[in-house]
Amino acid sequence: MDQLPQHLDIDWTSCRAHGLCAELLPEHVTLDEWGYPLVDARPVPARTLKRARRAAADCPVLALKLAAA
Amino acid sequence: MTSTFTDTLMPPRLLAPGGTPADRATHETRYGPLTHTDPAALLRTLAESGLTGRGGAAFPTYRKFVSVIDAARRTGRAPVVVANGAEGEPASAKDKTLLSLSPHLVLDGLQLAARATGAGEAYLAVEDGATRLETALAERDDLFPERDNPFPVRVVRVPKRFLSGESSALAQHLSGHAALPRHQDPPVREQGVRRAPTLVQNVETLAHLALIARYGADWFRSAGTPSEPGGALCTVHVQGREPQVVEAPFGMPLHRLLPLEGTGAILLGGYHGTWIPTAEAARLGLSAATLGAGVLAALPADRCGPAETARVLRYLALESAGQCGPCLNGLPRIAAAFRTLAAPGPQGTARDDVARWAGLVEGRGACHHPDGTVRLVRSALTTFAAELDAHARGLCSATDRTPLLPVPEHRS
Repeated sequence: MDQLPQHLDIDWTSCRAHGLCAELLPEHVTLDEWGYPLVDARPVPARTLKRARRAAADCPVLALKLAAA
Repeated sequence: MTSTFTDTLMPPRLLAPGGTPADRATHETRYGPLTHTDPAALLRTLAESGLTGRGGAAFPTYRKFVSVIDAARRTGRAPVVVANGAEGEPASAKDKTLLSLSPHLVLDGLQLAARATGAGEAYLAVEDGATRLETALAERDDLFPERDNPFPVRVVRVPKRFLSGESSALAQHLSGHAALPRHQDPPVREQGVRRAPTLVQNVETLAHLALIARYGADWFRSAGTPSEPGGALCTVHVQGREPQVVEAPFGMPLHRLLPLEGTGAILLGGYHGTWIPTAEAARLGLSAATLGAGVLAALPADRCGPAETARVLRYLALESAGQCGPCLNGLPRIAAAFRTLAAPGPQGTARDDVARWAGLVEGRGACHHPDGTVRLVRSALTTFAAELDAHARGLCSATDRTPLLPVPEHRS
């Protein structure tokens, strides 16, 4: 139902640099020199949404979010 | 001790003249009684006044009120209103001075804000002086009849930390948790204290509101500039004298607020603010965009800007809540590298490292601590570029390296 453009958001107080998000969404997430995600600000394209939701659900501490832009 | 000069730069509005705390009777004699305007009229006047927050972000006060009122309507929950007097910025004394001299102005503003938003609870959060404020509160029992004021204002003590006054940290503290920032989605104005829509306003903002409610928007706009109406409290640091809290209108040239002769740079806004070279400061006026927490500090030409910055950065790194990876990893590294830059001698890759880490912490935290720290770092790299070059060649142009800016001792 969500027609609004979605983008990736990190709850920085939760993130523990597991790095799974960078493996699951390499075109949107890279890791910095300490292992924390560098997320691009682009809206997640429709074809990637399902995988992005999966990545958010798979984050061990649920720090990766999909939020309306 | 901080001295106050209330009558040199503009007719004093907020600070009781003579540096004597104003009790309820003195307060009412000076300003007149607080008239009970209806909430809609007060909101209109607030919108027309153009008042912005005086806690550092300069967000339009009217818009914040409206977001809180809208969130309350959507959720059906009565808002919470918080007067933020947690002045964690070590170089700032304006909120403490205001609360000490004119407590009733802040309490007027808090009660007006509570009425205008239909709040169910109101708090005044401070680091110090809670007992004095409770005495001031007791002086006003009759002010709002019971039917208009179903809740008492509660004075709450917050920990003396740099981040205690950050709005989400304050909301966490008032909800019974540690006073630490949290992920701000949803924002505090929608879900703050115990998940109720929460209006957090700096105490000075509320004091301005108390006067706008009495005298109107046109009176408020008679000071300042058309785009930045009104005035602000500033803490002014000049070497060789006690810090002063002054009231000044926006647009006033900085050189009228502090003497620029014999200085090399000015710190504008506080420890999340910016260093600017004196030559540039000479052309600038007081602006809400750069005022930050209201701190203005002059760096004498015989002092070392990088050394002062390094001391402040060490403090800021230690004040990180340590919750967010980039801040936890980046700030101590930036502080350590800046310590290298502050001493004359080989710098290795320190300058490049600082610039890279600054980019890595910016915008990557629950609160703006990394962003504010980066602002200071980048302004120091630019403003003190020539001095940093001299340090790299083993020279320091400063002849006096005694610490200048106030930095609290850390327990560790």
